[in-house]
Amino acid sequence: MSSDLDVFVGNTTLIDEEVYRLWLDGHSVAEAVARRLRGGLLEREATSVAVLQSDTRDHYRTFQMLERLLHAPPRLLQQLLFQIPPERQALLVQRYYAFDEALARELLGKKLSKGTKKELDEVSARTGVGIRSCRRQFDNFKRVFKAVEELRGPLAENIQQLFLLPPSLARDYAAIVFFANSRFETGKRRLQFLSFGDFAACAQSMMAHWSQGALAPEAAEPDGDLPKSFLQDLKELKVLVTDKDLLDQHKSLVCSALRGKISVYNELEANFKALSRALVNVGGKLTHARDVRDFFVDLVEKVIEPCRSDKWSPGDLRLFLQHYTAAPRNLPGFRHQALWERYMAAISACLLRMFHD
Amino acid sequence: MPGKLKVKIVAGRHLPVMDRASDLTDAFVEVKFGNTTFKTDVYPKSLNPQWNSEWFKFEVDDEELQDEPLQITVLDHDTYSANDAIGKVYIDIDPLLYSEAATVISGWFPIYDTIHGIRGEINVVVKVDLFNDLNRFRQSSCGVKFFCTTSIPKCYRAVVIHGFVEELVVNEDPEYQWIDRIRTPRASNEARQRLISLMSGELQRKIGLKVLEMRGNAVVGYLQCFDLEGESGLVVRAIGTACTLDKLSNTSAFLPACNSPSKEMKEIPFNEDPNPNTYSSGPSTPLKNQTYSFSPSKSYSRQSSSSDTDLSLTPKTGMGSGSAGKEGGPFKTLLRQQTQSALEQREFPFFTLTTFPPGFLVHVGGVVSARSVKLLDRIHNPDEPETRDAWWAEIRQEIKSHAKALGCHAVVGYSESTSICEEVCILSASGTAAVLNPRFLQDGTMEGCLEQRIEEASPPGCGFCHIPYDELNMPFPAHLTYCYNCRKQKVPDVLFTTIDLPVEAIVVGKGCLIQARLCRLKKKAQAEANATSISNLLPFMEYEVHTQLMNKLKLRGMNALFGLRIQITVGENMLMGLASATGVYLAALPTPGGIQIAGKTPNDGTYEQHISHMQKKINDTIAKNKELYEINPPELPEEIIGSPIPEPRQRSRLLRSQSESSDEVTELDLSHGKKDAFVLEIDDTDAMEDVHSLLTDVPPPSGFYSCNTEIMPGINNWTPEIQMFTAVRVSRLSNINPTNQTLNKNFNDLCENLLKSLYFKLRSMVPCCLCHVNFTVALPEDELVQIAVTAVAITYDKNQALQANKAPTEKSQQRASTDNEEQLQFPLELCSDPLSSQPFSPAKEVLEGASSHTGIPAAQRDRCNSWIELIKLKAQTIRRGSIKTTTSLEKASPLAEGYLRHRSVPSGTNSTVSVVKMTPLSFLPGAKITKYLGIINMFFIRETTSLREEGGVSGFLHAFIAEVFAMVRAHVAALGGNAVVSYIMKQCVFMENPNKNQAQCLINVSGDAVVFVRESELEVLPPQPAAAAQPTGAAGDVTT
Repeated sequence: MSSDLDVFVGNTTLIDEEVYRLWLDGHSVAEAVARRLRGGLLEREATSVAVLQSDTRDHYRTFQMLERLLHAPPRLLQQLLFQIPPERQALLVQRYYAFDEALARELLGKKLSKGTKKELDEVSARTGVGIRSCRRQFDNFKRVFKAVEELRGPLAENIQQLFLLPPSLARDYAAIVFFANSRFETGKRRLQFLSFGDFAACAQSMMAHWSQGALAPEAAEPDGDLPKSFLQDLKELKVLVTDKDLLDQHKSLVCSALRGKISVYNELEANFKALSRALVNVGGKLTHARDVRDFFVDLVEKVIEPCRSDKWSPGDLRLFLQHYTAAPRNLPGFRHQALWERYMAAISACLLRMFHD
Repeated sequence: MPGKLKVKIVAGRHLPVMDRASDLTDAFVEVKFGNTTFKTDVYPKSLNPQWNSEWFKFEVDDEELQDEPLQITVLDHDTYSANDAIGKVYIDIDPLLYSEAATVISGWFPIYDTIHGIRGEINVVVKVDLFNDLNRFRQSSCGVKFFCTTSIPKCYRAVVIHGFVEELVVNEDPEYQWIDRIRTPRASNEARQRLISLMSGELQRKIGLKVLEMRGNAVVGYLQCFDLEGESGLVVRAIGTACTLDKLSNTSAFLPACNSPSKEMKEIPFNEDPNPNTYSSGPSTPLKNQTYSFSPSKSYSRQSSSSDTDLSLTPKTGMGSGSAGKEGGPFKTLLRQQTQSALEQREFPFFTLTTFPPGFLVHVGGVVSARSVKLLDRIHNPDEPETRDAWWAEIRQEIKSHAKALGCHAVVGYSESTSICEEVCILSASGTAAVLNPRFLQDGTMEGCLEQRIEEASPPGCGFCHIPYDELNMPFPAHLTYCYNCRKQKVPDVLFTTIDLPVEAIVVGKGCLIQARLCRLKKKAQAEANATSISNLLPFMEYEVHTQLMNKLKLRGMNALFGLRIQITVGENMLMGLASATGVYLAALPTPGGIQIAGKTPNDGTYEQHISHMQKKINDTIAKNKELYEINPPELPEEIIGSPIPEPRQRSRLLRSQSESSDEVTELDLSHGKKDAFVLEIDDTDAMEDVHSLLTDVPPPSGFYSCNTEIMPGINNWTPEIQMFTAVRVSRLSNINPTNQTLNKNFNDLCENLLKSLYFKLRSMVPCCLCHVNFTVALPEDELVQIAVTAVAITYDKNQALQANKAPTEKSQQRASTDNEEQLQFPLELCSDPLSSQPFSPAKEVLEGASSHTGIPAAQRDRCNSWIELIKLKAQTIRRGSIKTTTSLEKASPLAEGYLRHRSVPSGTNSTVSVVKMTPLSFLPGAKITKYLGIINMFFIRETTSLREEGGVSGFLHAFIAEVFAMVRAHVAALGGNAVVSYIMKQCVFMENPNKNQAQCLINVSGDAVVFVRESELEVLPPQPAAAAQPTGAAGDVTT
């Protein structure tokens, strides 16, 4: 005797967290049942495989019907079809939009296009995230990207509002959108040591210090784009390395402040000019989209790797950046201190975050 | 022109994209009532249009107001081609027609399309201005209130219960009209939905008129059903109980506690009739209860009474002579004469109610039922209701006479149903024969009722169990014993009823759901031959269903069934019987004897061994069940009470199951031609199978209980957490050569698996109880069985449950004295039941304490001249105390608070959807219903031509049921309500054609829209005198 039709509908929609997890991970009903069996549910509840199958199918159907609503979470709150307690709604949304960092790391800076979606098979193989789950997460990134692309104001807040995500998750999505927008290169071998969390933190610092929203809340441009005028202004900072006097004075100010305070003083003295040039030029290149891509590559190649080979400690780097940022204030004839500090705030934060093995 | 209907279309949201080019929609709305239509402007290019229309006004007479639904159609404007319909909303404006219900309907309604399902939502405001005094209009019956609830609704008092009302209307089914061949499925579905809506309105209006004629103002226990007869038409019929209800003021409304459906008193004034002896002509053998009739119109008819079966295993006593009653005898007789004669004036002294105020039910005779097989293609005038009216009248007459045979003059818990397959239709009716209290029926103040109860011979806890029939002139053979509770009257050894467990009943342990399941093959046949074969099968099915029920009851060590519902479903090549009931152990009835197996072929060693093995298994199961359901009947009550019954009698009772079973057989043969329920004779393999199947019923997993009644006996500390659900399964019986045995097994497995799956799904609610478990079986096609279950799972507090059985009052005391250790001493004494060996004097003190706060006047306590009565009264007051206790506990329980907190969350966030609870019960645990907003009666059709794309049959039905729930909730919310009580899915007709990728489903649901307030919130309201008088009031203060 086979059951052709088998449904269970509650006035309050039943959500089984375990089954939701399995569904999100992209398992088929059969796989999900197998996994639930392995979890020992059968023995614990003294039930049968048929019951488990029927239950799993019910949940899967519910999730499939809910998925359409999950694409626009505010609709989930307004819809009348499923009666779900608010905390359960929040859980559904949160879990649906949660992502695997390994996957997000792979996709950072890539164009969220059909082409990228086709490459997901490889990504799935590399990260060990199921292909169906990969696609769903990719679609989430893309959906969020599309939704906030044109919006003004702080990116994370917009995402939080449109998708009802918890603040930390919204910030992560903001980072993903920011990277997708600016198309930073993150896939190079020498960047492999950086995690998603590192990049997300960098993106947040960059948005916090550089975006227009950071200065004027009623910003005209979306947060995800770095303001053009700011990038243009960064060219003015080149004076710090092109003007020999300024460079020498800057060096002596920093060195005198750090003498005896950091362990790598000699190396610093030797490399100061190279470091300073690298730090200033990274900003100068940001006006060209093509160079923007190399932002993180440059930072790693020209700052982090030399420091690391000289055995700098994170504390050394912090102290150096602190004084390196502050020193130009005392440079005669340097009129861009505010711009400089705004620029260096994000650069320092990024470097400190990225300075690890 | 007595009414003006005003409608305003505010806005829409989440509309579907109708214009592919722009991905937008140019929506406008048509508002139609009767023959008048208004339109809004087109709101261009938006999926969230803001029409904000003017008030559309319809000036209509109230007859139209009652019959017509308001029809709102959302369309997409198209300049060049015809406008596309997006979907519709039907709004029943009946709730606006009586003053105490809703005053405005306002809210978001799902826009529903029969092909696409829900497509966005529309915000509508509806008002009605009634110009004249409603009662002057006789064509309409505006103002008559309807309740699906089968008890007196919580915030009302029954002034008069007038009795049975019924009506039936017939129309041609649009699906079978010639025009259906050329119109679209959508048009056909909508025509059908609209027609049924109209017919329901008309039916309700006509019933209302009858109620007004009887000088009533409400219908309680209103049950409306559809018969899709096919070619011969579409029948909408309804039954109910006409009442005159009085709205209770706030203070008195607080008295009835949540767990006791209707504790208000009702009175029925009846005229006296000097004709007391009509009943004495009642039949003396069960055969008389079973009639076989062929109606002259060539339709085959067969009625049998279920009472014959259950009651033949059930004893009865006479009411006439003093043999039964000792002191109460003559008085009782007199009362009975009065009531009976009064009731006999009515054509059908039937009541669709299942719960009554304490004392209203005097005696319960047993289940009466009648069935009849009819041929639909033989209706002379299919468009007229006469033929069906006659059919039902015939069946009701049958029921009435069965009740009479049981010495009863009323039928309570009455219901009717049909099962149709092609042109064959089985009409069924069943109820419980009962004797009602004449004091209630004549003059009835509350005090009168209470006095009545104490003066009357039958004590409240067991009175209804006492037999109403003549012991010397019993309608069938049965065993009688003296009541185990009062020792004064005779009781049967088993009691079957269709009603809910009376609140005052004394129960031992917990109850459980008991089902009998049965399949019978039948040859495919046409017309009369078919009807004949069905008629021939019916008595055997009824007999077997009852045997199964009886055996399963005994297997659980219980002695009474409540809420019995037997459903016989007819299909092309088989009949299916499904009986559900809640088994309990009534303290008043004797302990059931075990089940014994007797082999037919002696002198066979292995066989005997096998038999004894089975016997052992059965005995083990009984023992296990007794433990599971906590059935520990008091062994010592005689010693405490002083045993008015001599010892030898008791001994004989203990031996009864053996001694009587032997001589019983011959007598029972008269009625069944088979065997006694106590002894299972294993004479062939079939019988062996039967015994095996008995043992296959798996008890629910620990933490779960289930019942099909409103309240689970033995559990009373519910938390407010409820989950109503509907589950539907369709299974294919794939046997090539099915036999009755394999079919039975398949059917049994199907039901058991379904239950198992429910327990698994709801495992997070443990400890919990599935209440009002309602199975419906349909045979949509050859080999297909469809089972639909609707029930509610309610969580209860396990820790309190353990104590609750023993001494409910104790809990309240404990609560009150949580911060006061010394006081604990007293409450612990209180827990001494009449069952424990507590010395007498402290018990009396306790009693005074208990009764003083349960509102029984001291004068009445004084009237209790014997200490036995005192203890009985105490048992009763404790019982009443328990109800209040639960109330207060729910108020105070952390769960309730947690729930409240969680409920208040949405108001804080931007959630706009209010929570609407749904339950098949008449109450919400931990909450008080403050207002009834009107009846919800909705009928939907859903059809698809892309079944695979919608997730197959399961995906299709899953979505549809969810949509039905959503539409019910939206209507309730728009009425201003926050719950539906007495919710029922009356019909779920599912048809599929996988080859064409098509499916269609019809669902009919109903219930009462209400406003409820959490009892924890009530605490904050101005002091309630009733609550203040109790110690629990103090507990409430502490916790708030």
